[in-house]
Amino acid sequence: MTIDWSHFTPWSSLAGGALIGLAAAMLVLLSGRIAGISGIVGGLLVPRSGDIGWRLAFVGGLLVAPAVMAFYSVNPRIDAGFGTLALAGLLVGVGTSYGSGCTSGHGVCGLSRLSPRSLVATFAFMAAGIATVLVTRHFP
Amino acid sequence: MNILAALASGLVFGIGLILSGMTDPGKVIGFLDLAGRWDPSLAFVMGGAILVGFFAFKLAGRRGKTFLGGALQLPQRRDIDARLVAGSVVFGIGWGLAGFCPGPALVSFGSGIDQAAVFVAAMLGGMVLFHAAERLLSAR
Repeated sequence: MTIDWSHFTPWSSLAGGALIGLAAAMLVLLSGRIAGISGIVGGLLVPRSGDIGWRLAFVGGLLVAPAVMAFYSVNPRIDAGFGTLALAGLLVGVGTSYGSGCTSGHGVCGLSRLSPRSLVATFAFMAAGIATVLVTRHFP
Repeated sequence: MNILAALASGLVFGIGLILSGMTDPGKVIGFLDLAGRWDPSLAFVMGGAILVGFFAFKLAGRRGKTFLGGALQLPQRRDIDARLVAGSVVFGIGWGLAGFCPGPALVSFGSGIDQAAVFVAAMLGGMVLFHAAERLLSAR
């Protein structure tokens, strides 16, 4: 294994991670909810009355974040084509619904709560992600 | 107040994702690429988020209700089933294919990135498809 020192950003990643934790803290301590993005979005697709406003507000916050952070330049490296992106999006939509969570719900909130379910889920999606990258990047 | 709290939480979450590097799919794939040039940054994102989240959920659990007086709505399930694992594996494959998970994809969509728009549309489609299939199967 070689470390990619040129892209390694421990401090900004740690600080960004702490902000993500702070956001999860705000949501649970003020609204009593889990900051799981797939769950919040999924709840909008099968809406129940009285359970829509906070979800829309949270997603709205995510969508305006780039405008607030306009001074901070990110150069996203997206090498997947549109076909791969569509397939990947479909798998992520189906998988997070079936597995009841994603990187935020299971990975951040679930692990923070020491949930055994989330620990298993996080291992599963990490392993699947690592295996997928191994196959797609190292077996042409 | 609930709506305002959710908006603020979404915004802080999005800022955290941008600062941490999660909105760069190349960085996500660099983290999953153990066999290539490995970028460990995302471990720091998870570490920072869980460090803050751990104390937040502990505090929420001890209080039993939110600071606004509302009820906590936390997942209660503790069983580990095939559905949890299979769903997480499907999610992980999609994550590894494109380097997007739901949160960063929505934030990147907010930046007006075409690739993220395709991913988000497919993800929402996948969620709708899943709920439709589940309703169909449970109706039988």
